[in-house]
Amino acid sequence: MDLMIREKIKQVKKGDQAAYEDVVMYYQDKIFQHCYRMLGNAHEAEDIAQEAFIRAYVNIHSYDEKRKFSTWLYRIATNLTIDRIRKRKPDYYLDAEVKGTDGLDMYSQLATNERLPEEEVQGMELQSYIQDEISNLPPKYRSIIMLRYLEEFSLQEISDILDIPLGTVKTRIHRGREALRKKLRHV
Amino acid sequence: MKCDKDVVNLMHGYLDDDLTKEDETKLRNHLEDCEACQKHFHELKRSITLLKSVEQVKAPENFTKQVMQNLPTEKKHKKYVRWFKMHPVVTAAAIFFVLMFSGLFTAWEQDSQLTVSKQEDIIIKGDTVIVPEGVTVEGDLVVKNGNLKIEGTVEGDVTLINGKLLKKEESMNGDVLLASAGDINGEFKQVNQIFDWILYHLNNFFKSIFSLGE
Repeated sequence: MDLMIREKIKQVKKGDQAAYEDVVMYYQDKIFQHCYRMLGNAHEAEDIAQEAFIRAYVNIHSYDEKRKFSTWLYRIATNLTIDRIRKRKPDYYLDAEVKGTDGLDMYSQLATNERLPEEEVQGMELQSYIQDEISNLPPKYRSIIMLRYLEEFSLQEISDILDIPLGTVKTRIHRGREALRKKLRHV
Repeated sequence: MKCDKDVVNLMHGYLDDDLTKEDETKLRNHLEDCEACQKHFHELKRSITLLKSVEQVKAPENFTKQVMQNLPTEKKHKKYVRWFKMHPVVTAAAIFFVLMFSGLFTAWEQDSQLTVSKQEDIIIKGDTVIVPEGVTVEGDLVVKNGNLKIEGTVEGDVTLINGKLLKKEESMNGDVLLASAGDINGEFKQVNQIFDWILYHLNNFFKSIFSLGE
């Protein structure tokens, strides 16, 4: 399969747009899933995944054929999702003051959901509970945890994808696992 | 060993396949004795299992199509170039035919002068070549762009390109008489159309190949 992709990429580099279709077909589920887990929202995930494939096509000449194409593609997708998360953050600032109120912030608008985690699990499908907990991880842990356990990359590959040192990957996956453990121990 | 950070670090090292044999034994021995750490380790492994159990999601239908539609359009000439690259044989054949036919056509255009392959004992009157009575032409005779009248004998093949074979009497008094042409002791060939002419050339070409082979 790798060989087929390698061949297709060569054709794309020569300007053969049609050859790119097979590449997209082969990676679409993986990249979409990655974006979905990162963003927790199918609509945004589709947007970003498409954008990732288009960026990869436009910048195909900067892709070094000695490296794995999937690593390169995941890096583009991950960077785009992180950008998106950063951009939407201001909308979600909970400590922003609500207009027209005197010193009330967004926290005061939230319903108190002091339910115990056990109850929460019962009220929710296990699957979507786990998805939610993944989404609640800080992005820098989330991306690593997902690349490791859902997309099954090696730590070295993750270090290549995210362009961070292997040691940092280890520290983050360590913290990410601990964070998940605390969230999922009651399940 | 105390249940401190070190043990947890060992657990994570284990999960990353990053432990030496020694460290692994150390961890195993500790876990056997310490229930709290056992629980911690179990929870870690369980959360990974839970994580992996998350349903795989698939890209929406038409995803690939949408991507392809949103790609910047490639330049038109690239499309042609690609087509030619993918069909090298067809391309080579096309170039060959273009060159060959253009060559033939120019040759055809240039060949409008009267030419006779043999000059001895032959009379040329205007655009008519006459083999006079009593004359015997030894070998093949080729006449281009002119008429031929044979009153004598030709010992060989006669080829007429772009011309007519005039009968003996015809040219004299204009009546069409069934008088036979002079003797041709060989094949007689008349070429008028350009395609006949091409065929004639090809024919000659192959004949020369075969005669080379002989």
